[in-house]
Parts: sequence; structure tokens; C-alpha cells
Amino acid sequence: MTKKTVFAKAGDKAPLAWGLGFGILFGFLLHKGGVTKYDVIVSQLLLTDFTVVKVMLSAVVTGMLGIYLMKSLGWVKLSPKSGSVGINVIGGLIFGVGFALLGYCPGTIAGAIGNGFLDALVGGLAGILAGAGIYAAIYTKVKDRILKKGDFGNITFPELFRVNDWAVVIPAAAVILLLLIWIERAGL
Amino acid sequence: MEIITQVNWSPYAAGIGIGILTWFTFLISGKPFACSTSFSRSSGMIEKLIRGSKVEKKAYYQKTKPRIDWQWMLVLGIVIGAFISAIISGDLRGQWIPVLWASAFGDNIIVRLVVAFIGGIFIGFGARWAGGCTSGHGISGTLQLAVSSWIAAICFFIGGIITAWFLFNIIA
Repeated sequence: MTKKTVFAKAGDKAPLAWGLGFGILFGFLLHKGGVTKYDVIVSQLLLTDFTVVKVMLSAVVTGMLGIYLMKSLGWVKLSPKSGSVGINVIGGLIFGVGFALLGYCPGTIAGAIGNGFLDALVGGLAGILAGAGIYAAIYTKVKDRILKKGDFGNITFPELFRVNDWAVVIPAAAVILLLLIWIERAGL
Repeated sequence: MEIITQVNWSPYAAGIGIGILTWFTFLISGKPFACSTSFSRSSGMIEKLIRGSKVEKKAYYQKTKPRIDWQWMLVLGIVIGAFISAIISGDLRGQWIPVLWASAFGDNIIVRLVVAFIGGIFIGFGARWAGGCTSGHGISGTLQLAVSSWIAAICFFIGGIITAWFLFNIIA
């Protein structure tokens, strides 16, 4: 492969540098949050330690408030993924099986490799690459038949309910905060 | 400096930090955190090394080009960032078998690697089927209140909780 075909846009290196920089900060925070570890992730799935949920929900609530504020100021555009029952439910459940078997996900496995977990590097990474390759090979077979079942497009909840963004953002933030308080009270 | 050398922060501090980072990825790069597509691109790049450029003709790689992009660099950055945090806090492992795994399934390295590999196949396959992973759907999509991402994220955990229960209560 020549350099020209390896990079998405030759000569357009600034976005790549930002990607690397954001990744370094993301990886640093994933390690500090404890979620680069199999024990922490699988304990979440066994419902004995709620660290993963705490990290995810506090990121979601913080991110959501900021992104929707910036959206209302016209600074950013959302990029919600389109989906369907066939895509998100079936794919999500397949992913979940792997989540428990491997104990890392695509982001945290990168962190686990940096953290020095060799089962992530030798076993898990090879498996993810193989799984992604298998999907690319069967993609055309599932594309029209399964992925389009129950299609709902790239909508967000405010669009679905046809309400002002903040009529969903504020209650969602409140529910997430109450859930986190409840988790703390329960000593999880 | 003590904060930097601590192994663990409060999960809320780490989570809020990740949330604030997403503001800047949207502002500067116009996109949120996501990871799993990079594994498809890498898989395609590896296949291209073996089978040549005809790999790019596959429908999937027409849509997801096997090349290095912003997100691929992000995933590389995660490895580096976690390594930096681990090394300065004295938490760099070099460990083959997680403690929780060993307590249930023993300390045979081959068994752990085989299960990690099989789990990886489900993760790589399932993430691409679902259109995202725990970052793309679980954090970035849910914080945008995307319907697809909330459904996917809930299914990740339903599948994960059932499978973990089965592994640790029936098989172990």
C-alpha cells in the first residue's frame, strides 16, 4: 500500500492529529475510570460493581447538556446514527454476548492493551478484527433482508416526540441523576 | 501531581471528563467518539495486504474504506493514553489472565485466549451489525438522544448480562 491510499485524504493531516490527541485524553480517562479492566467490566455485567454504568451515564449527562446547548447556539450539528430493529436489537444482542465473553469492548480493548492486558492484545484484538472481517463478507446477504426490518431512520427522541429539545434533555438528565443517586444509596 | 499518579479516579470524575471531551470533538472535529469502524478498516487493510486491492471492491469496503482516518487515530490514541496513565500510576500489567476470570475458570492461558478470541469475533461482528459499539452508540449516540443508540446500548447490556450470568453461574 502506498501512503496515498493508506490515508483517507492525502495531505489532510490536521484531523488525524486531532483524532490522535482526543484518543490520548480518552484513553487516559478510560484508565483512570477503571474501565480498561476485564474485572471491572464483567463485574458490571454480573451486576456486582456499577463502575461502568457510573462512567457512562456521567459522560452521557455531561455530554448531552453541552452538546444540546451548543446545538441551540448553532455551533454544532448532531450526527445521530440511523437504525432499525434488525440493526440495533439483533446486532446489539450479538455484541452483548461478545461483551461478556471478552470482557472488553472496541474502545476499552484499546485501553486494556495500553494497560498491559495480554489477553486483550493476543486473543481479543485478533477476534475483533476477524469478526469485523466476517461481517464485511456477509454484509450484502443481511443488508436488504434483515437490516431494513423495523427501520426508523436517524431520529432523536425530541424529533420522535415532536417536542422542543429541552423537553427531553432536562427530564433525561434528571432521570439519569436520580438513577446514579439510587445506585450510590444502594451501595453498588 | 498526585491526581495524575493515582491509579483510579472517581468514576464520576472520569465520566464527566469524557463528557467534556465530547464537546470538543464535536466543536473541533465535528464528530463524536466512536471506535468499532476502525476495526473494520483495519481488518480490510490486513485483508488487502494478503489478497490485494480487489478487497476494496466488496460492498462493505466501498462504504467503509480500508484506510486510516480520524477515528482510527482516535483508537490508536486510546492505547497511548491508557499506557501513559498506567505507567505513571504504576499500573502497567503484562497480565495474561484477569483475576475474576481466574477465580471462575482457572489459570489456563490457552482457554482464556480462545474465549477472548471467540468473544472478540462476536464483538467485531455485532458492533458492525449494530452500527456502533459502547462508545459510538453507548456514549456518543445516547448523549445525542438518538433512538437507534438507546436501543443498541440497552441490547448490549441485556446480551452481556444474560451471557455473563450464564458463564459465571452455569458453566463455572
